[in-house]
Amino acid sequence: MNHIAAIRTTAPLSLGSQPIARTARTAVHRMLTPFSVAYLTAALVTDLAYWRTAEIMWERFSVWLIAGGLIMTAFVAVAAVIDLAFRKHRANWTRVLCFAIAVLLSLLNVLVHSRDGYTAVVPTGVTLSVIAVVLMAFTFSTGWALTYPAHGAR
Amino acid sequence: MTCVLKSAHITKSRVAAVIAAVAALGLTGCDDTGGDPRRQIGANPVLPAVQQYLVPPIQIARPEPWGHDTPKVPDGFKVQALATGLEHPRSLYVLPNGDVLVIESNGPKAPVFRPKDIITGWVQWFAGAKAPDANQITLLRDTNGDSVPEVRTVFLDHLNSPFGVALVGHDLYVANTDAILRYPYEDGQTTITAPGTKLTDLPGGPIDHHWTKSLVASPDGSKLYVGVGSNSNITENGLQAEYERAAIWEVDRATGAHRIYASGVRNPTGLQWEPETGKLWAIANERDEIGPDLVPDYLTSVQDGGFYGWPYSYYGQHLDPRVKPQRPDLVAKAIVPDYALSSHVAPLGLAMYRGNELGKYRSGAFVGEHGSWDRSPLNGYKVVFVPFSGGKPSGPAEDVVTGFLDANNRTHGRPVGLAVDRTGALLIADDVGNRVWRVSSAHPASASKPAS
Repeated sequence: MNHIAAIRTTAPLSLGSQPIARTARTAVHRMLTPFSVAYLTAALVTDLAYWRTAEIMWERFSVWLIAGGLIMTAFVAVAAVIDLAFRKHRANWTRVLCFAIAVLLSLLNVLVHSRDGYTAVVPTGVTLSVIAVVLMAFTFSTGWALTYPAHGAR
Repeated sequence: MTCVLKSAHITKSRVAAVIAAVAALGLTGCDDTGGDPRRQIGANPVLPAVQQYLVPPIQIARPEPWGHDTPKVPDGFKVQALATGLEHPRSLYVLPNGDVLVIESNGPKAPVFRPKDIITGWVQWFAGAKAPDANQITLLRDTNGDSVPEVRTVFLDHLNSPFGVALVGHDLYVANTDAILRYPYEDGQTTITAPGTKLTDLPGGPIDHHWTKSLVASPDGSKLYVGVGSNSNITENGLQAEYERAAIWEVDRATGAHRIYASGVRNPTGLQWEPETGKLWAIANERDEIGPDLVPDYLTSVQDGGFYGWPYSYYGQHLDPRVKPQRPDLVAKAIVPDYALSSHVAPLGLAMYRGNELGKYRSGAFVGEHGSWDRSPLNGYKVVFVPFSGGKPSGPAEDVVTGFLDANNRTHGRPVGLAVDRTGALLIADDVGNRVWRVSSAHPASASKPAS
């Protein structure tokens, strides 16, 4: 992460067109947030497939996708803390709260999906998947970052 | 865990609304403690409503060596170790000359389909259920009945998760997890080196969730009956994986052809003939994860062509919401089992008994209850006796052999397969203590006959 940041800070110097301060505004964690959204959205798709077919393969896809999504959200959280602590970013609390609720519900959802049989998905699991995806869509509808630069434009 | 989630007081109104919505979705449920098991013993068990969990209750009894301890038996009985230092003994079989076969076996490695399967593997390892097994049969010969075998040999080796054994004439049948093999046996033989001949394949891997194949021969020796457990808790591996499983097979001994004798029995782990009526009886392990008091494991007569509910329903017509699509046509004819043993006791050994050598236990069924891992308080971990009269259970189950669990919920051993030896003593395989226990009358009414 720091390596990438280092490249970014040096690259504009050679171009000589952008001020160095501009690059510090870009949050590192925003590179990761799309992955968590993609995992959870894919899980919703496989949940719907299971709902329509009762084919157990889709349920297994779902539980791994949600688990993968949760791992990605953990990476997002770590990177966001780095942005806040070391890169002088401030939290966008609306987005952070929505994101946190979506993560919490997905945590419940991975447990629901660990049930045996149909009720691993229908009705509770697929409902939680819908809510998580809607919350994620709302969170990131106007940008991928959970923070914004301290002195920059919002 | 669910209770913690339910009772968490969160002040943010938006969060509270979400939590309320979650609660409304049926995520919560707080009654995690099992009731009195005695309410679920007998013909009419009390069946509570189905619960669904975020984290199913798990209570594991950590293993602790027996040391100088032994199981507890009622006054007038004594218990001795017939053998120690075995490797995961699961079932027992007594040959006509009195030799005892100890089947040392464990299940094949379970595949990982979901993150949950990794956790389950840890839980089983913690409970000592992942102990290495010998995949062999050990022979014990105790000719004078003093519980000190004069002969201990490896009877049969290189088996594949064996469980059931049955002798018909000079043909010894061993039910591996994936096939029934036939071996030639001569009276008094202590080791079999001849290769086995396959009689028929049985449903085995790659999943093989319930791997034990119980076995009993018909009295006339023409058929073998095989208990084939389901390939899942409740169809989570797909219905295709359940083909000819959760059933009791009837195998023709001459041709190896089979038909489904009874179905809908989730895991029939012990098959025996009731001596008075000559009917086939079975013990069965019922489904998990819908509550500490669901579903009671049972002891039942097995009717030809009978359907006992799994997976669609339990105890007759009680539907399981986890199974879709449902089969109302099958549920309509689901038979209510004869006798509930209470929930999650995990009956894995059955010995029908009729005799005078065990004091007050004269006619009935001994059941070895391996014990629960998904219920609090723990249930099972003992051998019980279900009295029979007129070929049917006639009263509440009595505890016969206890003390497998100590006061701190540590387990010294877990009873599995049972057998009655030639002297009428009860034998118990203990797959955590790695022993075979022999329970006999402390004051034999008629001196046990010395071996010829």
